[in-house]
This record gives sequence, structure tokens and C-alpha cells, in this order.
Amino acid sequence: MKKKGGKGLPPISTASLPDVIFMILFFFMVSTTMRDQELLVRYKLPEATEVQKLEKKSLVSYIHIGQPSMTMQAKFGTAPRIQLNDSYKTAKDILDFVAAERDKLSENDRVSMTICLKADQATKMGIVTDVKQELRRANALKISYAASKSLGY
Amino acid sequence: MAVDKRKVQEINAGSMADIAFLLLIFFLVATTMNVDTGLVRVLPPMPPENQQQEDIKVKERNLLLVLISGSGNIMVGQPGKQEVIDLHQLKDKVKEFILNPMDDADLPEKADKEIELADGSKWVYPESQGVVSLQTTRDTGYQSYIMVQNELTRAFNEVRDEVAVKKFGAVYSELPEDQRGAVSKAVPQKISEAEPRNIKK
Repeated sequence: MKKKGGKGLPPISTASLPDVIFMILFFFMVSTTMRDQELLVRYKLPEATEVQKLEKKSLVSYIHIGQPSMTMQAKFGTAPRIQLNDSYKTAKDILDFVAAERDKLSENDRVSMTICLKADQATKMGIVTDVKQELRRANALKISYAASKSLGY
Repeated sequence: MAVDKRKVQEINAGSMADIAFLLLIFFLVATTMNVDTGLVRVLPPMPPENQQQEDIKVKERNLLLVLISGSGNIMVGQPGKQEVIDLHQLKDKVKEFILNPMDDADLPEKADKEIELADGSKWVYPESQGVVSLQTTRDTGYQSYIMVQNELTRAFNEVRDEVAVKKFGAVYSELPEDQRGAVSKAVPQKISEAEPRNIKK
């Protein structure tokens, strides 16, 4: 039964809605990091249980290895490729890449520069080893094999 | 001056939510949430090119060879005594190799190592001289390589945990920074990664 009154329910106050949204916004600002580059390769990381978190993202440079992504396959085929920054490169370019990345860091941080190798789990070790040899040549010795955390076998 | 009896006009905050939503959506699109995790390794430095590369002599008892074949099979053992084993057995095999609990003459020898602790005292620990040598072929899949690396890391981590509990009474991950450093000096992660062999088919 409805009351026959001039006005119905009072409208719900939305005055606190901005505050709620701001709270969610701050949560996202704090807990996420900027997406820095577009992926041109696709990969599924291997799984491991003993993984460590990579501290200090500013010290980390990424090397992606995997099949070209769907849209690029028509042009580049399906053979695994190395992506540095925003383009496909070969192992030979790693030397320059590391030098450029190292220049971006301050003098104190250069020692703790870490290279994160993000390779597809189906990659053959041949290409990974070529990359590793180039990294040794470039004297970037701290590396991390990216792997997603699994709970065990 | 006449005091205005009316209240100050309120600023219309109705569009505040929309602005906040816009910002929120921008951050949702432009950022990523995933934390990068991975197995951390330190590569050996490249020897100078003009230098004659001489093999570092390692006694046979101090060497554990881990070979991963192209099809992902694992062969483990000290030189001359390798056998094909399952991935699940690898960790215990490596642990036994590092710890050498019975002071077996075939397993790695130990050398006392003095480690300075934060409080100034010295801690003498018989450090194992063993080196795990990991070899792959160029055909080996990255997945099986990571799985083996994972097992090796797990073996070292478990040994570190045991040593940490014995010495400091807590597992490795719960120790303060300086004690953790001492334990990792006592049990260094000695994994040598040789260049892959080119196996002609």
C-alpha cells in the first residue's frame, strides 16, 4: 500500500559518491604501476615456486622473447623474436640497449641494474642463451628469469 | 555593513563524481597491476677476449653435473656417475650434494669459512666447495630449464633454511638483513651455467 503523498521517497544523497570514487582512485594509483611499453610479442611465462619479487622497478629493464603477437604475425611470421623497447631487435642490439638503459640510471644505481628476461615457456634455450651471452658481454650480470608464482606441482 | 543573512551559495559538487570517475578510468587503463616475479641469478662476467680461456679445475667430487636434454630429460650426477632422474628427485639429490651430511669422500669437501656477524663475533661454518653445473642443449625448452632452475633454487633455499634455524633459530626469510647475509655467505648459490652444447643430429 502506498501512501498518497505529494512526494515519494527522498532522493538518496550522492554527496559522498565523489569521496568513494576518490578512495578507489587512490587505491589504484598506489597499487599499480604505469604501463610503459606495448608488447609486440606474446608469451606465457613459465611457472616456478621459488620466485622472488623484483624490487625497485626503476632499476629493471625488460627483454621480451616470444612469438610476434597476432597482429604482427602476418608481417613477421611466427619465429620467436626479441623485443627491446618498442621494436623487434636481434641479440646483437642488446649491447646498445643495455648501454642506453644504464645511461638512464644514476651512477649509484648502475651496479644494481637488473635485466628481467620475459621469455615464453615454449622458447628454445638457444635464443635465451644468445641473449645471456650478449648480456655477459654488456656486463649486465644481474638478471631475473621472469616466472609466475605457482603453488607447486 | 549589512550582514547577509543568507548562507553562502554552495558550490555544486554534482559533477565531482564524474571527474573522479574519469581519473579512475584513466588510471585503470594506463597502469598495470602485476608484480614482476622471477628467479634471480647473477651471470659470470665475460672473460677478456684476448685472454686464453683456461678451464677452471674443479675436483670431480666437487662437481655435480645437471644436463637437460632437448626433450626435457634430466641427467644428474657427479662426473662419470650420471643417471637419468625425475624432476622430483632432483632437489633431494642437490641437497645431499650441498650438505654432504655424512662427510662422504665422494661428495664435496668442505672448507671452514669465517663469517663476521653484526655483533662482531665470528662464525665458522664448513662451507661446501661443491658447484652445480647446469648444461642445456640449444633445443631445450625454456619451461624445463626454469623448472630445473627452480628445483636448484629450492634445494639451496632449504639448505639455507636449515642452517638459519640451526644458527639463528628462525627460517631464512624471517631473519633480519644482516643475518640473512651471513647465511647466504655460508651457503652461496653456486650454480654454474655452461654454454649449451651443440649436439649435431
